[in-house]
Amino acid sequence: MRDGETKAEAGRGHLKLVGAGLPGHHALSCRNLTYRAGGRPLIDGISLDLVRGGITAVIGYNGAGKSLLLRLLHGLIRPSSGEILWHGEALSPAHRKLQAMVFQKPVLLRRNALDNVVFALASHGIHDRERAEDALFRVGLADAAGRAARLLSGGEQQRLMLAMALARAPQLLFLDEATASLDPASIQAIEEIVLDAVAAGTKVVMVTHDLGQAKRLAGEVVFIDRGRKAEAAPTDSFFNNPRSAVAQAYLEGRLPHQFQIHRSQA
Amino acid sequence: MQDFARAFADSFRQILALDAGFVEIVGLSLRVSLTATLLSCLIGLLLGAWLAVARFSGRQALIILVNAMMGLPPVVVGLFVYLNLSRAGPFGWLGLLYTPTAMILAQTILITPIVAALSRQVLEDLHGEYGEHFASLGLGRMGQVRAILWDGRYSLITVALAAFGRSVAEVGAVIIVGGNIEHLTRVMTTAIALETSKGNLQLAMALGMVLLVIALAVNGLVSSLRLSASRLGYA
Repeated sequence: MRDGETKAEAGRGHLKLVGAGLPGHHALSCRNLTYRAGGRPLIDGISLDLVRGGITAVIGYNGAGKSLLLRLLHGLIRPSSGEILWHGEALSPAHRKLQAMVFQKPVLLRRNALDNVVFALASHGIHDRERAEDALFRVGLADAAGRAARLLSGGEQQRLMLAMALARAPQLLFLDEATASLDPASIQAIEEIVLDAVAAGTKVVMVTHDLGQAKRLAGEVVFIDRGRKAEAAPTDSFFNNPRSAVAQAYLEGRLPHQFQIHRSQA
Repeated sequence: MQDFARAFADSFRQILALDAGFVEIVGLSLRVSLTATLLSCLIGLLLGAWLAVARFSGRQALIILVNAMMGLPPVVVGLFVYLNLSRAGPFGWLGLLYTPTAMILAQTILITPIVAALSRQVLEDLHGEYGEHFASLGLGRMGQVRAILWDGRYSLITVALAAFGRSVAEVGAVIIVGGNIEHLTRVMTTAIALETSKGNLQLAMALGMVLLVIALAVNGLVSSLRLSASRLGYA
């Protein structure tokens, strides 16, 4: 983060900082990414270039394929066709170790908070208890180190997930509705942690239904509709002047065309 | 009814007297069953964890086979071990027939599928919960097996208990391969069968009571352990 720059500006600033369109500056790219299940495409020919640094928000209606897109980009699911490139190379399991993902529902081992972070570090060959303690301190959970992870509150559990992710100093962090169903204080705490990570150089790609959060944090928005990329634009441009009709409908809180048909038939 | 009450009282007195022969039978039963449980856990837990984590062609068929083997008839297992260990059998040269080792072997074969099948179910559920997290961490298969075995430890203790229960109460296989030889291979279940057939209800009932107490004590211990672990957020 530069002098005088706020955390939020750090999250939104990447479009200014990075030469868009230069392949060497893309942390992650995908070309014609397609994923089929049951004979129909759930992700349909998406091409994206995610530049280094800053925050990209992925938004869209329920069932549009946002979470699936994140899983594909992270390499958790093998695409039916298309390619995913990490700094210009085909994404491999080794590259996945440079990334981290926080899921909507925290996945915590039946151990105490500290041991969860220790486990995450050990999976990367890092056996450093102090680093795990430091990660807990950074997310404000130093006092909860010895408590069973599964007995922490929802907000604390999600902060613990972030500690597990950030302890590994990932180059890219995926957040899949990480703040859904949390109270405003917990959301604010998590946003602070995410902005700190971005200021430290981590690229964040987040799925969210919270448009306020997308406006507050993201530098660019990717809008997904029925498995396709309907629009990708800088945040201000997307919210002030959405180009696609479906994004306009979404921002105005209207039901998309396909849902209206179903409702009138019911 | 009076005879039954008297037999019950006599049995109780026999337990309290801690007669050397009685203690020997109980001790051998526990030795055989605990050793068989330990061995079956070593094999069955690893097999169950591997089946829970690995994906390969024929996996479902192997799961069905392991599940079906939970219902192995003890006498058939006893006969199988007997044929292998008898002088004319392939392992007759080991001279293990009618020894506690043969009984341990038979019980291990009998209860390993129980451990494998039950642990596979427990660990597959756990792996379903952790799977994406493990994949995101880039954790290898062995790392996943180690993690779910550790995290599922309280549920797996119950699996081990089920195996021990089956083992300590089993009579068909151990009587075939052990022969119920006094001071050598006589265990609680074979002694109960023998003494009942002889009409010596006092010893049979005393051994039966010990069996019940062991089952209740182990169950109580495991239940309280699981309850504490659950309350503390570790199960």
